Amino acid sequence: MARLKTFRIGGIHPEENKFSAAKPIEVFPIPEKVYVPVTQHLGAPSSLLVKRNDTVKIGTLLAKADAFISANVHSPVSGTVEKIDEIIDASGYRKANIVIKVEGNEWEDGIDNSSAIIKECNLSAKEITDILKEKGIVGMGGATFPSHIKYMIPEGKDVDYLIINAVECEPYLTSDHAIMLEKTEEILIGIDILKKASGAKKALVGIENNKLDAIAKMQEVAKSFKDIEIQPLRVKYPQGAEKQLIRALTKREVPSGKLPIEVGCVVNNVGTALASYEAVQKNKPLIERVVTVTGKAVKNPSNLLVRIGTPVKELIDHVGGLPEDTGKVISGGPMMGKAISNLDVPVTKGTSGVLMMTKAESKRKKPLNCIRCAKCVSVCPMGLEPYLLQQLVDSERWEDAELNRIMDCIECGSCQFICPSKRELLDYIRVGKARVGAIIRSRAKR
Amino acid sequence: MGTIIIYSVIALAVIGFISAVILYFVSQKFKVIEDPKIDIIADLLPAANCGGCGYAGCRSFAETIVRQGNMDNLFCPVGGNDLVKLISPVLGVEAVEREPQIAVVRCNGTKANAPSKAIYDSAMSCAFANTLFAGETGCPNGCLGCGDCVAACKFDAMYMDKETGLPVIISDNCVACGACVTACPRSIIELRNKGKRDRRIYVSCVNKEKGAIARRNCSVACIGCGKCVKACPFDAITLENNLAYIDYEKCKLCRKCVEVCPTDAIIELNFPPRRVKEETAVVEEN
Repeated sequence: MARLKTFRIGGIHPEENKFSAAKPIEVFPIPEKVYVPVTQHLGAPSSLLVKRNDTVKIGTLLAKADAFISANVHSPVSGTVEKIDEIIDASGYRKANIVIKVEGNEWEDGIDNSSAIIKECNLSAKEITDILKEKGIVGMGGATFPSHIKYMIPEGKDVDYLIINAVECEPYLTSDHAIMLEKTEEILIGIDILKKASGAKKALVGIENNKLDAIAKMQEVAKSFKDIEIQPLRVKYPQGAEKQLIRALTKREVPSGKLPIEVGCVVNNVGTALASYEAVQKNKPLIERVVTVTGKAVKNPSNLLVRIGTPVKELIDHVGGLPEDTGKVISGGPMMGKAISNLDVPVTKGTSGVLMMTKAESKRKKPLNCIRCAKCVSVCPMGLEPYLLQQLVDSERWEDAELNRIMDCIECGSCQFICPSKRELLDYIRVGKARVGAIIRSRAKR
Repeated sequence: MGTIIIYSVIALAVIGFISAVILYFVSQKFKVIEDPKIDIIADLLPAANCGGCGYAGCRSFAETIVRQGNMDNLFCPVGGNDLVKLISPVLGVEAVEREPQIAVVRCNGTKANAPSKAIYDSAMSCAFANTLFAGETGCPNGCLGCGDCVAACKFDAMYMDKETGLPVIISDNCVACGACVTACPRSIIELRNKGKRDRRIYVSCVNKEKGAIARRNCSVACIGCGKCVKACPFDAITLENNLAYIDYEKCKLCRKCVEVCPTDAIIELNFPPRRVKEETAVVEEN
């Protein structure tokens, strides 16, 4: 058997811990109240369209995107707007939230709520992009970048490949795996639609080789589609990073500081493909997503289909409550996710998982001296020298840090993961990125 | 043998002379006329190069003083008023004294007053922690306790108090250069007048949330009730965005606001202890 493809430099293989891999998607009951944040995406906040005591249906537009990089927000439930309040989000800061009291189950007209599969799509690329914008589709992998912008291809650029990220390289998370098994045809129709929107000649779907059942099923169904190739990939973190995935699938390198379009690629998550299918074919806005709720001490790790705005606490109660031995609750995966300080925060468009870490896992070890083993250098997927960047940041040599491409760091955490001295390499690099970024911005202003 | 020495001496002498002539004319042509006062003043400055005056260093500050011709709106916090007295004769102007200033930390969210709701164990940098989350206490405006201000201080005038988790300013060492003010990502530290006998009154809170919400995270938060505004006989206190602010220029240190504050958010420093029974009498005396 030929060696499986992967990206060229660096990478690690953390313990997979995919406990919920074989679990079917469970439809999570609609809660009594939902808390819909007005800003759930990367970019400018959307402007509110509803007031207190307004009646909303499922799919009613709650907030509209005004700026270029922004996304619409739709109501995930039907009911009355109880209040518009500032509620603590995952970071602890107060952000505007729309609190909706759930009443009944009324859908906005024109939304197809059946499970019938519609394969035909005769829309043009422009029409598809407009639908993605209108339905508030954002990148479902976690970065929540508004999807329609990716399909506004700049003049003079050709797209060769549409790359679909079904790698799910983060340990523990299985939401993409679950949708690939259960919504295979929908996803492939979604990919076909996105391929049309991007004008790509071919769509490449990268799936890591630890999801053999998903690969087999996707390959089987993909036979009836033209120019969609399912590509098994070697299991290696961070393969789901945009640049690494492009390199693994096409052998093209995205230049430093440039976007994938430079090398003729558009990258989207497999969850986004499913959301795009629902938006374009079923007229359904992005109001729900699959969330993996998992952890070593969790009684019943599950993949739940959750309405946006459901408090994380209810998901945790559903899988058997917060284990006593919990040290940290993380929104996202263990490598790139963020710890949340409050369990009342709602599920947003970018919540791919809720992970409860045990105390032993979440505790950091005391950092020791650097022993010059250069393991961090060999695992860095961007070819950086994390130990050097750490020293440069420590001595506040921002110019040198910039010359050593600190801004190219994708914050995957491989260096800190591998470090035998448990040095806080990524912490320092993040501090440096914030400072160097500010310096670059002030220079650009001048 | 002897002739070689003579020739080389002559040749070198000629080359030396020609070079000297060229150098002389070049130096005349490209002469930079610099005010000698700049050197005199630069020598007087403390050479700390702290940037507290707002200029790149002491030399650059001296150039600015000479260009301007007086010391209006220019102040070296390290040298203070003594330095003004030294520089003014060089410029030929009268020395104008300025009230000495000191940095104050406007947050009293100690571990007792604002208990931690989360534990932060990432990079010890306030600048970074501020981008990540609201802080261990949950107060979105309060001190993060990572010590960026202490790292920025060049005069050993600050340290982190392990008990409270807040930075402490050593008033003897603080020269009010403002390095900590710039370093703090939450603008908690402010430069205020040092006050008579080192006495100061200030609102030790920068939280702009509504009172009830602010109190949820911190027992000594300013709740914006406005009692101090009414109590102040000198109109020194203003209330904006649920937060009171005492103007140190107008404050006469009467301590009336300290008494009425329901959350003890207003702090008095270096005052003698009050006599409990004759409380009002003490206030009137002052």
